[in-house]
Amino acid sequence: MPRGPRQLDGREVAQRLRAAMPDAVAGATDEWVEVAAPRVAEVLRWLHDDPALDAAQLSSLCSVDRYDRFELVYHLQSLDQNHLIVVKAVLDREQPSLPSVYGVYRGALLQEREVYDLMGIHFEGHPDLRRLFLWEGFPGHPLRKNFLQIAGHHPGLPRFPFEEPGKQAR
Amino acid sequence: MTAASEPYVLNIGPQHPSTHGVFRVRVVMDGERIRDIDMIVGYLHRSMEKLAEERTYTQNIPFTDRADYLAAMSGNLGYCLAVEQLAGVEVPERASYLRVIFAELQRIASHAMANGQLVSDAGAWQTPLLYMWREREKILDLFEMTCGARLTTNYMRIGGVAFDPPPEFFPAASALLDELPARIAEYTELLVDNEIFLARTRNVGVISAADAINASLAGPMLRGSGVPWDLRKAEPYCGYDRFDFAVPVGRAGDAYDRFMVRMEEVRQSVGIVRQALDGLPPGAHKTDIPLALRPEPGEAYARVEGPRGELGFYLVSDGGPAPYRFHIRAPSLINLTLLREMAVGASLPDAIVALGSIDIVVGEIDR
Repeated sequence: MPRGPRQLDGREVAQRLRAAMPDAVAGATDEWVEVAAPRVAEVLRWLHDDPALDAAQLSSLCSVDRYDRFELVYHLQSLDQNHLIVVKAVLDREQPSLPSVYGVYRGALLQEREVYDLMGIHFEGHPDLRRLFLWEGFPGHPLRKNFLQIAGHHPGLPRFPFEEPGKQAR
Repeated sequence: MTAASEPYVLNIGPQHPSTHGVFRVRVVMDGERIRDIDMIVGYLHRSMEKLAEERTYTQNIPFTDRADYLAAMSGNLGYCLAVEQLAGVEVPERASYLRVIFAELQRIASHAMANGQLVSDAGAWQTPLLYMWREREKILDLFEMTCGARLTTNYMRIGGVAFDPPPEFFPAASALLDELPARIAEYTELLVDNEIFLARTRNVGVISAADAINASLAGPMLRGSGVPWDLRKAEPYCGYDRFDFAVPVGRAGDAYDRFMVRMEEVRQSVGIVRQALDGLPPGAHKTDIPLALRPEPGEAYARVEGPRGELGFYLVSDGGPAPYRFHIRAPSLINLTLLREMAVGASLPDAIVALGSIDIVVGEIDR
């Protein structure tokens, strides 16, 4: 699948992580490394401090609702080595909670609040976990796939009138 | 002897000129000093990320105009790059050049606004802002003659750009490029050595390089603190490695350095636009893609160096015609991470200057 121009192979990162923290890695593909959700702050701390991987900056933090689970996606940027590391953590949908990475990256302060607000994921140890865009008491978390879902309605679009194989629009 | 004082709460915004949009801060004051500050955002929240999940990839391009409405071209570009990475779409050479031209013109327009506003916040009421808007106005005219819109341009397309610039674009653009260096020199003369401006911006809102990196700051906020990090150099999208330009950095990490970084970036952007116009190759300005593009299931994260910093788009596809997940890594929001550190202990007018030097766009904070 498409990998960013300077994105590290997830399996390579996983190999180095396994050497340091054998039970933290849950899987890896060529794009990302998946870690056990309760260990995510430790893993990011290790990646931040390791001189070869040098994940100095949290470029982006966001979450994806996969219907049966939540995925947290961390994009970590090394400024000295100029590479991007993608770390994922999978969460149970019933009680979504994992450690905050604010202790490693202060850049997580507002991004974790955003994820909490819009997808309802709880970050343990976050110093100021409040809703960011919506007000306290807003019912539900809008970025969840089942927010206001009408029975039988699937997000996304049906087929387009001109959408036929070999026939290009415009 | 000092008089006893009681802390009191002051609300700034959501409608206030110094907050640059519908942005509200709640400040706890102790006499003249700020004891605590809390930002309240969401007044412009349009839930773009949710809405995008029900629209095709092409239909989502206008959202990226309306996120950072002062740098619509950069938003268009970042999003189109992400979709192209996701779907494996090739972009013609001419389209890449046109993208660079418009993204850099947008940077000049956006920095003119940012620096003009900062000077306005520092007390030079409106005059320098309107001076800088002369050039911004001409850039918006160039946008208008190319795509019909001035702010919400909706110009870039997946696989290229929507239109080739009309013939009258090229003389107008080169006339503007000839004029800009003299204008920048004029602003430098007006402001850079102005004692009042120096007194208002030096050592205000200081951020160290280590803090800037750790707090995910980007763009002029990061470079103003002395970190030479620019995605146009680090990850040269659109063939930025073909162009010769420098990455200006500050030293002290204060509001003045951010101002100077933006000023110098305008000068560098003039050079990039000139090189791109000179080297503009002939050929197609876009590739055709299906109306309902259905990328293979997967994900992509593409970033551009927008005027406010690293503007990222994270897209997840489930194989359908609409993105399964659409996330904007918004530099305006993330650059506010250190607002408390910048403002606590400062006086209110200094905090206004510090906030102005972040250069927020509320449309992008709230999305």
